[in-house]
Amino acid sequence: MQNISNTMHKNPKLRLAALLTAPILWLVVAYLGALATLLVTAFFTIDSFTGNVLQIFNLGNFQDMLTDVAYKNVVLRTLGIAISVTIICTILAIPMAFYMAKIAKPRSRKILVALILTPLWASYLVKIYAWRTMLEPGNGVLEWLLGPIGFKSPGFGGPAIVIGLSYLWLPYMILPIYAGLERLPNNLLDASGDLGAHNWHTFRRVVLPLIFPSLVAGSMFTFSLSLGDYITATIIGGKLQMLGNVVYQNFSINLPFAATIATIPVTIMAIYLWMVRRTGALANL
Amino acid sequence: MQKKRLFSQIAVASVAALILAGCSSSNDAASSSGVPDVPMMESLGAGEGQVNLVAWAGYVENGSTDPNVDWVTGFEEETGCKVNVKNGATSDDMVALMKTGEYDVVSASGDASLRLIYGGDVAPVNTDLIANYADIFDNLKLQQWNSVDGVSYGVPHGRGANLLAYRTDIVNPAPTSWGTVFDANSPYKGKITAYDSPIYIADAALYLMATQPDLGIEYPYALDQKQFDAAVELLKTQKPLIGEYWGDYLKHVASIKSGGTVLGTTWQVNINLAKGEGTKVEGIKPSEGSTGWSDTWMISSKAKNPNCAYMWINHIASPEANAGVAEWFGEAPSNAKSCDLTADKNHCATFHAADDAYWEDVYYWNTPTEACLDGRTDAKCVPYAEWVKAWSSLRNS
Repeated sequence: MQNISNTMHKNPKLRLAALLTAPILWLVVAYLGALATLLVTAFFTIDSFTGNVLQIFNLGNFQDMLTDVAYKNVVLRTLGIAISVTIICTILAIPMAFYMAKIAKPRSRKILVALILTPLWASYLVKIYAWRTMLEPGNGVLEWLLGPIGFKSPGFGGPAIVIGLSYLWLPYMILPIYAGLERLPNNLLDASGDLGAHNWHTFRRVVLPLIFPSLVAGSMFTFSLSLGDYITATIIGGKLQMLGNVVYQNFSINLPFAATIATIPVTIMAIYLWMVRRTGALANL
Repeated sequence: MQKKRLFSQIAVASVAALILAGCSSSNDAASSSGVPDVPMMESLGAGEGQVNLVAWAGYVENGSTDPNVDWVTGFEEETGCKVNVKNGATSDDMVALMKTGEYDVVSASGDASLRLIYGGDVAPVNTDLIANYADIFDNLKLQQWNSVDGVSYGVPHGRGANLLAYRTDIVNPAPTSWGTVFDANSPYKGKITAYDSPIYIADAALYLMATQPDLGIEYPYALDQKQFDAAVELLKTQKPLIGEYWGDYLKHVASIKSGGTVLGTTWQVNINLAKGEGTKVEGIKPSEGSTGWSDTWMISSKAKNPNCAYMWINHIASPEANAGVAEWFGEAPSNAKSCDLTADKNHCATFHAADDAYWEDVYYWNTPTEACLDGRTDAKCVPYAEWVKAWSSLRNS
């Protein structure tokens, strides 16, 4: 034991290696390795009869993906859903987080944070199946409850997916904004008020710029999680499909094509992160 | 800077090694007939203690769905082979699962069996080692979808037709034709369902076969480009009518129960499950006939528990187990002696087990190939890979 300790002490490089081998291996093999395999598979093709993957380099999958208008639609649809979910989550999360961070008493603040976190403890599937019962057209819980005031369930489809995903990812938006608002000194708000700014003006000119990095952090969660989701669409999406569903639908029959489709969300996320980086928000996280 | 470069070099090297490892694991040894050479089991040894199955829902019941429905526990006690089952939702699922090599046995339908044989994923079956094989109906043995060149690749399980389900308390009048699920003015718009698999294109082709004789469709799995396009076009016009496509049978049953689905294609077992929960639902074979399945128990070429696999296949082909499955799933049994053992003595009559005329307009799932399966030589047919593309495109448009 003493010996090991001594050697470690004398050899800073060995120390560093011992510390970093596991995480680096994980990162390179499991993470980058999987991505690289995905990218390579996208250029393969399959035997049209047996479905076995043939390792012949070709661009056929990309050609199929780009020429078939169905896949353009599904990309736009998925983007639309991910953006709607992010916007809805932002609109719901800001007042909630503001109340938690600035208005609630410190005691109830803790309780509120716990309450925000509790839905995360329940299984994803349970929550989405619950929404299935809620949204069921004709005899769902929502229609039973709100039917008398003229509410009609949107049924299973795009709106249902947006509702379901917004519900699922809301905590991931509230928590970063809450953390950002907590760091925001109260006297800035007071100073803004003293200088004659109205509440809305204070929010727009003082609060919003300061919590913008938190907003971006939250949006990265809601946007990327929505972009890759397929289970919600399977359960409450009716016949509507998202990008994840295309991958799921194809991976068993045509793995290379599924890999080709899977490069789309990766590309979109890369572009998104690049845009975020340009705003400088990442540095403030 | 030095360190950074070292790390990136390690990263690049590891990734390259991974890719190479992925590339070198191909196995494409094939014999002259195009079927990979897979050895057949010569003799049976002691059980391995477990067997891993890929099966259709309802084929492997151990009493957990219904305490009275159990043909697994007895087998486990008798042979010491613990049965692990993974339900496949579609034939494509099953093919993918079998390609992993983690399963010993599969209950393959005709649209999966040939792909598995030619893919080298299943082994020829030594029927001498399966005592109950002798009692299987002769007209199910050594068929186009379970054998190649007179070599059997499995033991027939049973057969049935894909039915048109309808909620008897909602759909009025009762349907008699598949036309009800393709009718653009259907009053049940948004509450119709269809099976979520490329093979459903054959259901559209079957309907066109009866209603548009000009197209000249003889066999729904042998479609030339024009016929195929017509079938896909029909499915496009059907899409607005569909509420949900179903792949997960449990969700499908729940949807029938709640009234979200009132009409559409289904399996007898789903009707039984929904009825068991008090839903008013019936299934019919419409006037145009139907697509259907004739399933085969096959053994993986990479089976880790081959002895238990053979024991399982012998067990599931036995009159008792075969009668149990046939009655629970709602299909015609494959073992001639099963008919005496069903709880409902009319079961074999109801499901036309020995009634060849009934099966004349039931088109068992098959794998479409470029060479037309109906024997046409003057036309080129659309292979299954194109069916998959068309279906994916239809579902995502």
